Amino acid sequence: MLSAEEQREILAEMAHYPDKKSVCIDAMKIVQRHRGWVSDENLCDLAEFLEMSLDDLDGVATFYNLIYRKPVGRHVILLCDSVSCWIMGYERIREELRGKLAVQPGETTLDSRFTFLPIVCLGACDHAPVMMVDSDLHRDLTPQNLEGILDKYK
Amino acid sequence: MTPARETPLTKNMRADGDAPDLKAYEASGGYQAARKALRMAPAEIADIVKQSNLRGRGGAGFPTGAKWSFVPMGKDAPHPKYLVCNADEMEPGTFKDRLLLEGDPHQLIEGMIVAALAIEADIAYIFLRGEYALSAQRLEKAIHAAYSCHFLGKNIFGSGRNLELFLHLSAGRYMCGEETGLLNALEGKRANPRSKPPYPQVSGLWGKPTIVQNVETLCNVHHIVANGAEWFKGLSFTKSGGTKLYGASGKVKRPGLWELPMGTPMREILEEHAGGMCDGVKFRGVLPGGASTDFLTEQHLDVALDFDEVQKVGSRLGTGTMIVLDDQTCPVGMCWNLEQFFAQESCGWCTPCWSGLRFAARILKAMEDGQGKDGDIEKLEYQSWFCAPGNTFCALAPGAVEPLQSGIKYFREDFERHIREKRCPWR
Repeated sequence: MLSAEEQREILAEMAHYPDKKSVCIDAMKIVQRHRGWVSDENLCDLAEFLEMSLDDLDGVATFYNLIYRKPVGRHVILLCDSVSCWIMGYERIREELRGKLAVQPGETTLDSRFTFLPIVCLGACDHAPVMMVDSDLHRDLTPQNLEGILDKYK
Repeated sequence: MTPARETPLTKNMRADGDAPDLKAYEASGGYQAARKALRMAPAEIADIVKQSNLRGRGGAGFPTGAKWSFVPMGKDAPHPKYLVCNADEMEPGTFKDRLLLEGDPHQLIEGMIVAALAIEADIAYIFLRGEYALSAQRLEKAIHAAYSCHFLGKNIFGSGRNLELFLHLSAGRYMCGEETGLLNALEGKRANPRSKPPYPQVSGLWGKPTIVQNVETLCNVHHIVANGAEWFKGLSFTKSGGTKLYGASGKVKRPGLWELPMGTPMREILEEHAGGMCDGVKFRGVLPGGASTDFLTEQHLDVALDFDEVQKVGSRLGTGTMIVLDDQTCPVGMCWNLEQFFAQESCGWCTPCWSGLRFAARILKAMEDGQGKDGDIEKLEYQSWFCAPGNTFCALAPGAVEPLQSGIKYFREDFERHIREKRCPWR
């Protein structure tokens, strides 16, 4: 069941569009903000609420990088793997994160603290390599300054 | 030596990186162009923009005035009409719109008001990529302030005209930056491209007339209306008017962004503004305008960075943000990184794109892993042809193979060495 709060937020966004279906991306992001990810059950509830087919909605959900169809940790690390970060040595950062978190890109740590995902260019190429943790951008990464950044997220 | 240059797009940017609020923006002359535009006929606004030679700053460089001229106007035109700001900045190596969005959000809103008046749009959206959290926060605040002062909403500036402006935060996919893919994404669908015609100007969002413009393009519009077409043309070194936000990333001493006259020579930007190459590395090549532009090399350094001039030497101005290749970085590895990105971000709608790019990325990866074979370079050349304009549904694949085809052209010896030595010489 969608919570009253979720429904209220979705209806507020719906006012920006001429039909119900158009709000579906916003709606999935709202659910994700409350629950961390979008489960099969959430998707069914949303499809019903927005009067669209479940398959259509899942097709949209799986198209977009920032809609999570699997549970994620308390914090999500998005490490840029695009060209400027690649030139500036993102691979060293990736290896460092792999070691520190003991997970592969795409996985969540055993204590559910972090999910580590690759992401395309974050548009901060003058400070490459960069990553986001939740909605914070961290720039000019080095294997040395990673530890201090991760420490901020419990 | 050089006269003081005007920098209309960045003149309000604060040293502390904070954005001017509505009051500060108005104190610097803000929202005067919107008031002026309200006293003008839509055709007058469109005409000034056309005369100014403003060309789209999102990558394709389409003349803005010409784009607007296809929108049905007058009392028989279908409504609502839509204006969409493409703030889905996801082209690898491109970070210019972020500066405009974070540094001066009211500038974008004013540009959008003026553009909306020119095409008689009723509803405007800012389509912002989901990862730009700070931009979202500042835009929301600015939009709210503009609504509170009745610069947006009903009866804007007491004129009797209405304009709604909504922020749409995307969920992340490079395809959303493609004009018609973006329209599908705004309608809550997968961001597959649409077939054209009908063009969005006639049948766009929910089948209504729609104009989609890049952030930087829209940020120029009200300056043109305020100061005139001749002023705008005078800002530029070349025929295409205005200033341009140029950027550089890679191993240069001072990576960054600079607002400079359109047509500034590439050498000036890389050597003076970016401070030249980092110590110990040498320049080998550059993608002049983001990931989907052709490599240029040493021999092209004196090219004026302008739409026509860059095209003459075999590449594109694109977004104007340069990615520099140095001699310590493997050109084959760089092509692999680029093609891997495009293959992953392809929407899968047409065959050359989903199949060709994946195939190319796989060959490049094999070369990097020391498993390159004779004939691989020819296969990559074939894929470049396979993905060329005319063979695909949208511009993603043709753009994707630009760095590949030119990478092979200028660094063929390096590709051959990977195959011959069965290893990447840079690893």
